[in-house]
Amino acid sequence: MSTSAEILTLPSRPPRFAFIRGLRLSGFPLIPTVILVGIAFVAVFANQLAPHNPEIGSLAARFKPPFWETGGSMKYLLGTDQLGRDVLSRLIFGARVSMVVGITAVLFAGVVGTTLGIISGYLGGWVDQLIMRLTDTWLALPALTFAIFLAAIVGPSMWNIVIILGITYWTRYARVIRGEVLSLKEREFVRLAIVAGCSKWTIMRRHILPNVINSAVVLGTLMLGVVIITEATLSFLGIGVPPPQPAWGLMLSDGKQSLMVGRWWLTIFPGCAIMLMVLSANILGDWLRVKLDPQLRQL
Amino acid sequence: MPNAPLLELENLSTHYVSAQGTRVVRAVDDVSLRIHAGETLGIVGESGSGKSTLALTIMRVLPPAARIVSGKMMFEGEDLLQKSDEEMQKVRGRRMAMILQDPMASLNPLFTIGNQVAEPIRVHEGAPRAAAWSRARELLRSVRIPSPETRVKQYPHEMSGGMRQRIVGAIGISCEPRLLIADEPTTSLDLTIQAQYLNLLRDLQRAHGLALIFITHNLGIVAKMCDQLAVMYAGRVVEQGPVSRIFSAPAHPYTKALLGSIPRMTDNREHLTAIEGQPPDLSSLPPGCAFAPRCPMAFARCRVEAPPEVAIDEGRTARCWLAVPGVEAEATAMRSNVA
Repeated sequence: MSTSAEILTLPSRPPRFAFIRGLRLSGFPLIPTVILVGIAFVAVFANQLAPHNPEIGSLAARFKPPFWETGGSMKYLLGTDQLGRDVLSRLIFGARVSMVVGITAVLFAGVVGTTLGIISGYLGGWVDQLIMRLTDTWLALPALTFAIFLAAIVGPSMWNIVIILGITYWTRYARVIRGEVLSLKEREFVRLAIVAGCSKWTIMRRHILPNVINSAVVLGTLMLGVVIITEATLSFLGIGVPPPQPAWGLMLSDGKQSLMVGRWWLTIFPGCAIMLMVLSANILGDWLRVKLDPQLRQL
Repeated sequence: MPNAPLLELENLSTHYVSAQGTRVVRAVDDVSLRIHAGETLGIVGESGSGKSTLALTIMRVLPPAARIVSGKMMFEGEDLLQKSDEEMQKVRGRRMAMILQDPMASLNPLFTIGNQVAEPIRVHEGAPRAAAWSRARELLRSVRIPSPETRVKQYPHEMSGGMRQRIVGAIGISCEPRLLIADEPTTSLDLTIQAQYLNLLRDLQRAHGLALIFITHNLGIVAKMCDQLAVMYAGRVVEQGPVSRIFSAPAHPYTKALLGSIPRMTDNREHLTAIEGQPPDLSSLPPGCAFAPRCPMAFARCRVEAPPEVAIDEGRTARCWLAVPGVEAEATAMRSNVA
């Protein structure tokens, strides 16, 4: 859980000149952005890009190696798996699964967590106590075990995974957002809204929410990596995206028996895909965090 | 009742209670005040004398630890203390408005000026966006913001301090309230801007027939702005009445001391006059008059029994034994005995 620990620690302040440079686009993580945009592009146009059907293979063409290995052919660029399905096509469609699950789960967790965080922080009192104790309890559960537990209850399907991940990770948002709201609600403009006769809900919606959106976006980008890893893990364990859907975690799981006999392409490719995507999301999230940190921007 | 006051506070008390309920801070204690339409009431006192808590009490926007323990607040014939939170929301910003201590920070950095000036209009009157915005432009013009057409589209960080202040003033009067409470609105401004702003407030008051409650610790501003004055000490109003009469003949020793501590250009003295001692701890007030420990005129009775609020002449009261008829002699006698 090193990633979660990283989220909770405060960013260290870069030296003063870094702020000036930060105003321009220098330091912008170009390669991670290109990778993420690339994956997104592939996910959207999977139907056009994939050379084969990802779910149906021909058993005659089982365990073909990538084209540059002996026995490989240009027909299956990255080889085939135990059912003769094209690895490249499965990777391409797997990108779609990862993107859809990652983004929707992050949004779901973000909406739930941000809403509860704002309510908790702004209303205070017993509402705050209730939500925060719930969050504490939630955070005390090991996230992955909890997700596995939920998955075992609701059964495998892609949308179930989204809901499970949302339920597992909303607490991160709730905590961070509540903290921000606590300081925001002491700001003069919130007091002015109170004396101007705005209701609590109007203040939360019009004055608090727009001020915490930045943090929610940063947190969301950082959570994207965590969520994708968890999805892959669940799929790997066989309780995530059900076969024959092509998910990267599922591909890893399918390929693991063949790894020992030298069929490395079944695991290395999806493994690299997961790693590249998560790393890109994390680097981009870190950059955004520094960039959008109100401490550094100081309006 | 043609001459009924707009706002009348009767024996109002607001206490802060600690979480365990063991410490009670009497921030506002037995305050009775009245203000008529078109009048300006100045409330002065040292920091911690309960001025701001009084303002928050009137608006009913106290922090959770504070309790209004007793009293009545009659505003346009209704007791505000009997109103539910929802009903109060409709009063706030519409019938009474407030300008906060730090107007510089009172604007939301994420919204345009127009949005923020239009907000109370939209909240209270349900006015459509376009109508609210044209009102916002009018309001900005009335607080002398140059070229309001472009300013409404700008953000708070594009404005100077004095402008932001005037914008906050515009938000205050946006729904044409009957009562405006200004809680030290000029402390964060430099002197020239301060004077401009005070003139503006006075003009707005005249134009709209507003009642203005002006909270400050600057007696110079009071002299310039206010008709009525209430002097607060340790949560109580120790003296109140028309400004001119209080300035010419203060009845309470604390008022005298406050007036005496204004530095004057004509003074030849080397040091500034200060009131000796510290304001009392509001959670453990002395049994008698709260000012007695610092009062040069105090005598035995002041230390055991709190003085009542006595009328000294028409529209004027003081909380001091010396103002009670017949007690003066007693005090003189005591003093000569001691001597």
